[in-house]
Amino acid sequence: MLKKNFRMILDFEKPIVELEKKIAEMEEYARETGMDLTEDIARLTKKVETLRKDVYSKLTPWQRVQLARHPDRPYTLDYIQRMAGDFIELHGDRYFADDPAVVAGIARIEEFRVVIIGQQKGRDVKENLYRNFGMSNPEGYRKALRVMKMGAKFRMPVISLIDTPGAYPGVGAEERGQAEAIARNLLEMSHLPVPIVIAIIGEGASGGALGIGVGDVILMMENCWYSVISPEGCAAILWRDNAKAPQAAEAMKLTAPDLLEMGIIDRIVPEPPGGAHWDYDQAAATLKTFILEELRRLVTIPPQELIEKRVEKFARMGYWKE
Amino acid sequence: MDWFKRKKGISGNERKSIPDGLWVKCNKCNEIIYRRELQKRMFVCPKCNYHFRVTSKEFIQYYFDEGSFREFNQNIRSVDPLKFKDSKKYTDKLKEAQKKTGLNEAVVTGDATIHGQPVVTAVMDFFFIGGSMGSVVGEKISRAIDRALEKRVPLIIVATSGGARMMEGALSLMQMAKTSAKLARLSDAGIPYIAVLTDPTTGGTTASFAMLGDIHIAEPGALIGFAGQRVIKQTIGQDLPEGFQTAEFLLEHGFVDLIVARQEMRATLARILRILWPINGENGKSREKLETAGAAANPEVHSDNSSPPGTGRQTAG
Repeated sequence: MLKKNFRMILDFEKPIVELEKKIAEMEEYARETGMDLTEDIARLTKKVETLRKDVYSKLTPWQRVQLARHPDRPYTLDYIQRMAGDFIELHGDRYFADDPAVVAGIARIEEFRVVIIGQQKGRDVKENLYRNFGMSNPEGYRKALRVMKMGAKFRMPVISLIDTPGAYPGVGAEERGQAEAIARNLLEMSHLPVPIVIAIIGEGASGGALGIGVGDVILMMENCWYSVISPEGCAAILWRDNAKAPQAAEAMKLTAPDLLEMGIIDRIVPEPPGGAHWDYDQAAATLKTFILEELRRLVTIPPQELIEKRVEKFARMGYWKE
Repeated sequence: MDWFKRKKGISGNERKSIPDGLWVKCNKCNEIIYRRELQKRMFVCPKCNYHFRVTSKEFIQYYFDEGSFREFNQNIRSVDPLKFKDSKKYTDKLKEAQKKTGLNEAVVTGDATIHGQPVVTAVMDFFFIGGSMGSVVGEKISRAIDRALEKRVPLIIVATSGGARMMEGALSLMQMAKTSAKLARLSDAGIPYIAVLTDPTTGGTTASFAMLGDIHIAEPGALIGFAGQRVIKQTIGQDLPEGFQTAEFLLEHGFVDLIVARQEMRATLARILRILWPINGENGKSREKLETAGAAANPEVHSDNSSPPGTGRQTAG
């Protein structure tokens, strides 16, 4: 199962990983000595499966937040690489700069020519500095919009992958209109005359996420979070204490099942056992299946009806009494 | 002593409220002003022009014709979909805010006139949980947009808000998408929307309807931005430039069209509306005739109209 030697292990993953290590050692030992350990290994393997099911069936919201942020989790480009053929990345917002925190481009997925956009985190320090930890500046939103509009011109559906700890809170970002860039995307995406499929693949932090998050269908992978603020931000405001983030995560109802119940997302995309970081290929294959199902359905809807339905979809969101 | 721990910033929604007492000290220049005098001056400091934060009631009084405001949808109220609780239950917080402000929610919507010109308006109230946007604020603003569309009159939103309301989680976030999507319809129908940005307008409110006006007008000195100043300071590890995120800063960077003093706002709005949306039209033509004429002169405006039947410009052709 382990694909890399230096995988980061979360606390609740430890018992599983330790058992797996033991199995690997036994296999190694059996090979070296020629001893027959098949039965023991089978017994332990079964135990791992049970344990895994047990741990992952009762994840707390905070544990899901940790999985969503797992440094080994597949990112936008990992999915694009596995889902799409002939991806051509495009650059720049045509006004100011190219924002590496957002990836945008054109590609093919099976029978579709598509536009793919998504927030991109870095895998190590150097890459994270380059990608700004997946926190986009206004240029990122404007680049995404430019490419989406181009796609619409050529009748290409849009796939948008969300994974960001938030829009970048910097001086330059404010000077160049972070709020306007996000607001503009909300308005334009609500009226784009081609199908838009949104998938939350990691973190969905507030306006930073929503800025590329208006679409006909909102998919959410199993171990992601999506809310109005990060659990830490919520804890800092409400309890003046970042360490209360686990409680905040609980209170905010930010997991996929919560959001499905509230009508904010449409479908939950199952992840491989233990989370997407255990098997990139399987995670991408499942996501691709879901996206294709939605695209095949959406392309049959006339553009005007599509837009109407999209606006109405968001208009229905919320709870009140009168 | 919670009192001393209260932090500066927009989250403390009791701060900078309309001050009680006979005499009032200006938040900016510390001038002591007679309350009656301040009231007469629409809560603008006579010495330094500081615009005090005021409630929706005052904004309605200052910006629209006297007695013209007719509220609608006032009985839409918040529920507690998340069963949210921190030091207090969300439902208690709502009750408290309702008691304190006499309002049901952080936005008041209605019909009004400006120099006789009909408009639909949504006026936010910062004193109701920091003017934060939850489901009800989003819904009331959306319905105000629908009404402007239906009546074909201009929309004026007076924004003052700390952003999206945390206690409704992702539902609050979705109100940004909801209001923006509705504004797209209004825009497609060719009906003007003027956003008036007052102190403070931040977070999810700025990143949705507040930045989507055909024209953006700000009150002088208003704090307008996306991210909170404390967060930005923490991120960049240095002090923020002077005047950062003020109305003047936004004007300089191209995100606000005009900065208009409170006393001038109604007249300015009236001037803009007379040009964008003349009720009596030019040369005595009615508004409808004017639109028809415009349709004939600019057929392309209508041919690419992507709004649905029944909401678009019906006068075309």
